[in-house]
Amino acid sequence: MKTSTLASIAEAQAGRRALLVVTRLADGAQCMVDAAGGSGDFALAPEQLAEAAAMLQSGRCGALETLPDSFARAYVPSPRLLIIGAVHIAQALAGMAATAGYAVTVIDPRGAFASPERFPGIELCDEWPDEALARLGLDDATALVALSHDPKLDDPALELALPSRLFYIGALGSRRTHEKRLERLRAAGLGELTGRIHSPIGLDLGGRAPAEIAVSILAEIIRVRYKGTAA
Amino acid sequence: MHADDDTLFATLLGWRAAGRPAALATVVSTWGSSPRPQGSHLVIDADGHFLGSVSGGCIEGAVIEAAQEVMQSRQPRLLEFGVSDEQAWQVGLACGGRVQVYVEPVE
Repeated sequence: MKTSTLASIAEAQAGRRALLVVTRLADGAQCMVDAAGGSGDFALAPEQLAEAAAMLQSGRCGALETLPDSFARAYVPSPRLLIIGAVHIAQALAGMAATAGYAVTVIDPRGAFASPERFPGIELCDEWPDEALARLGLDDATALVALSHDPKLDDPALELALPSRLFYIGALGSRRTHEKRLERLRAAGLGELTGRIHSPIGLDLGGRAPAEIAVSILAEIIRVRYKGTAA
Repeated sequence: MHADDDTLFATLLGWRAAGRPAALATVVSTWGSSPRPQGSHLVIDADGHFLGSVSGGCIEGAVIEAAQEVMQSRQPRLLEFGVSDEQAWQVGLACGGRVQVYVEPVE
């Protein structure tokens, strides 16, 4: 692989764009395929490009049937977790999710909460959630959890999250808290979408400590990512 | 699916920027219960540093060794591992699966 190809892959990943690399195993020649088409050491025939584009779309890897002795590797954006509220559970969850391969951003405009001392190595954002989410973009490789317990922070985030393509939306709170939250979201005209919110949040593991709750939230996110919301 | 790709490629780019020879290993086919899916990467430098994985750990040593040859010859190689392979006695897959690993120089 050329270093320039490596740089293109890294650049696409940083920009959360999908990219596919087709390798001819016999000589190592490579061709990159993205939404704009193919480019590289050799040209793909139209049917090869079509097959590669389909693999790019689905994020699949494997040999191209239309190009013998080849391997196509799709690089899709890594999953992302946006945490609203730099609270105690967020401290545990941020580190665990980062270990599990998620790009984590903690959003909280209250500087005392979202401090680097409390979240070493984690990307922090001190904007209000609606501003932050508009800037970050909500794609289908992203999960969002509202943990702040403060409707001023959680509600604006959920109002943007519900109509988006996010693959997971969770909100912390007791049944009573959640019932009130649903009332507010219904009043905001989002009643039909509130079923997307996972609440009570997390798989029922029985734990009560912040780290245990973080495990149950991350476990639920992973489960939904691979198996969908059906049980 | 391939959660740690970002780190792998950042490391590989760092090695190249420092002028260090490097190789990229990729699982290109699997049969049976192989531990890592197609597309899994292992990155290796000339000093034997590595990051990522192409198996549960059982064939990494052999892939790292082959990567040193690939960096010198600057020619890619396709390696195959499995219980039916003669190499199984040394570096076979405990799970009974088979994998093909493509090792290419990065230049």
